[in-house]
Amino acid sequence: MGQKVGIEVSIAAADAVGLCDVDVVAAYPITPQTHVVEHLAELCASGHLDAEFVPVESEHSAMSVCCGSAAAGARTFTATSAQGLALMAEIVYIASSMRLPMVMFLANRALSAPLSIWNDHSDTMMVRDCGWVQVFCQNGQEVYDSIFHAFKVSEDKRVSLPVMINVDGFALTHVIEPIEFWTKEMVKQYLPPFQPIHTLHPDKVVTMGAFGMPEIYTEAKKALDVALWNSGPVVVEAWNEMAKLTGRQYLPVEKYRTEEAETLILAMGSICETASLAVDEMRESGRKIGMINLRLWRPLPTEELIKALAGARDVIVLDRALTPGGANSPLTSEIRTLMYAEPNRPNIYCMVAGLGGRDVTPNDIKVMVDTALADKHTGHYIYGVRG
Amino acid sequence: MASAVSDVSITETKMAETEKKKVIKPLKNFPMEEYINSGHRACQGCAEVLAVRHVLKAIGPDVVMAMATGCMEIISSPYPYTSWTVPWIHIAFENAAAVASGIEAGLKALKRKKRIPDKEITILAMGGDGGTTDIGFQALSGMMERGHKIIYVCVDNEAYMNTGIQRSSSTPFGATTTTSPAGRVAPAGQMTWKKDMVAIAAAHGIPYTATACPTFYNDLQKKILKAKEVDGPSYIHILSVCPTGWRVPLHKAIEYGQLAVDTGVFPLYEVENGVWKLNRKPKELKPVVEYFKGQGRYRHLDDTLTAEIQDKITARWNRLVKMCEADKED
Ligand SMILES: Cc1ncc(C[n+]2csc(CCOP(=O)(O)OP(=O)(O)O)c2C)c(N)n1
Ligand code: SF4
Ligand SMILES: [Mg+2]
Repeated sequence: MGQKVGIEVSIAAADAVGLCDVDVVAAYPITPQTHVVEHLAELCASGHLDAEFVPVESEHSAMSVCCGSAAAGARTFTATSAQGLALMAEIVYIASSMRLPMVMFLANRALSAPLSIWNDHSDTMMVRDCGWVQVFCQNGQEVYDSIFHAFKVSEDKRVSLPVMINVDGFALTHVIEPIEFWTKEMVKQYLPPFQPIHTLHPDKVVTMGAFGMPEIYTEAKKALDVALWNSGPVVVEAWNEMAKLTGRQYLPVEKYRTEEAETLILAMGSICETASLAVDEMRESGRKIGMINLRLWRPLPTEELIKALAGARDVIVLDRALTPGGANSPLTSEIRTLMYAEPNRPNIYCMVAGLGGRDVTPNDIKVMVDTALADKHTGHYIYGVRG
Repeated sequence: MASAVSDVSITETKMAETEKKKVIKPLKNFPMEEYINSGHRACQGCAEVLAVRHVLKAIGPDVVMAMATGCMEIISSPYPYTSWTVPWIHIAFENAAAVASGIEAGLKALKRKKRIPDKEITILAMGGDGGTTDIGFQALSGMMERGHKIIYVCVDNEAYMNTGIQRSSSTPFGATTTTSPAGRVAPAGQMTWKKDMVAIAAAHGIPYTATACPTFYNDLQKKILKAKEVDGPSYIHILSVCPTGWRVPLHKAIEYGQLAVDTGVFPLYEVENGVWKLNRKPKELKPVVEYFKGQGRYRHLDDTLTAEIQDKITARWNRLVKMCEADKED
């Protein structure tokens, strides 16, 4: 078993990337992603990590370098946030459609304007449909463990898709947490060497990235959809394998004090830790409330989610992104769509909170629950707007 | 020619049976191998695809190629077909230099870690003038500045041809395109002067950069071979006559390439480790009108505009000659 150390989550994540013996890192600095990349640059410069560190001139090029290196058969990593993701978005879609394995650490940050370096989920929701495996993390240990998991899933021949790890900016990236490190032996046991299906090499000639006429485009997109759905069991399998190694069991849908709960809070990311405190307090005052932490965003664990939500009377979704002018915010829309056909579907309320780094306390969550239950709004409700 | 594999965007190619023959020095022995097969969908008389053909002949089979969106990508890779008998990847329009940077970095790491055999592989990036001088400019600059060992080739047909002949920053002054039409307000059509890419590349301090034209295919192949040998980035800017976009007869591409060079409109020169050298110096330049004659894109030019262009071309030529002479004396 590895050693437990108090360390900044970003540094720990970079160490994990190093332990994975990554071959190519290409990234462009943006707050709050910077510490991850800086530490990787250090590891390369000091010779602790034998990798090519490509200090690109933009995020667009970062993702393009990643596509090139993954296609060449190299283990590939990048990290970014908000504006950086927006700039690379064009290529993010291409990476998955071309089935190029790679791992992205996304330090979630609000999209401009107004410019904000602080945390919400508007960046990741912008590329919701990019076809990547997308996971959210609740705490530092999970972020650290996710790095090994992400490479394992991404490079698995049954998956061969890029994986995005969502890590709340500052709230997670910049905090110091006690993290149990993996040993080299554990990594060796868990993560096999990358053996790509096709690579760019003169010894075996392939054409990658051919263009699709209307008679093939739909099939190509269907193939991506099927591949992403099929990655679900592999994601779970890799978590189960990790549990055997570390004793930490991750699930696509995590339940917290949901026994006999009439009301459920559903959220993704670090806000779940806050919500669990609110649940504790409300349980103490006798309320039948619990929480659902949705860890696997893509592919959506539909069966587990339906099972987790179907018994409740009310579900309050904490949405950390806004869909201006839309039927509802991204996470709520998804949950509502999923539950629409269920005979005993709960009421589903949307609470948009924590935009652009606005603090959300356990008390805020209690107020949001009470507001939703009293107000019974059908559209989104933007919590905490002043003035 | 090609067979589909699991992923729709990947097309597997049977190796050309000519595989692994040594590339022989041009001039005496013209390489007979083909690395872009016929059957592609380029227009008749296209000298851009001819440029591609010569570049690949010069490099030989041990190459990995990243290509930008544009004519050459579209004509060669309609899934499930492919014209390429070398490993080839297309990701997007503006990033061939970055994709190639990734390939180079990836192969370098894998070789160093002994996970693939230590074989010499040339990394080639290629884009049109739009994909290079406009939208891909930043990625190219990054690639050159970081010092990747990559040959970047710009196949310059002086407009965005793939999308229907729109102007680029490489479209010459006086040429009409669909977005630089000639009219009362803009009598010349394109009212700006062609971006000087080789000077920009040279300013990055890269070891080798040059202009070329498939009409002078020996010169072109020699330059590619030179680029292949240098330890670092190289940039080759190839004038590629496009009969469709220039509105010239289909059989005239080679001739117009010759005229572009011999009028001084597109001089052949190279910059090797900072030293400028003319590769073809006609005793006397032909007047530019000879080059303009018969090109639909220049048909609107009157004597005043032609004289203005002639003056500029002469001045530029003289400056280039002077720079090369000065470097010769050093
Ligand atoms: C980001 C982006 N913008 C625009 C396009 C549309 N587009 C595709 S090819 C092309 C022009 C290509 O021109 P050039 O690079 O000169 O190559 P050519 O076709 O002339 O060989 C354009 C504008 C695109 N594919 N991607
Ligand atoms: S439009 Fe021009 S460059 Fe494109 S294929 Fe036709 S001739 Fe070649
Ligand atoms: Mg062009």
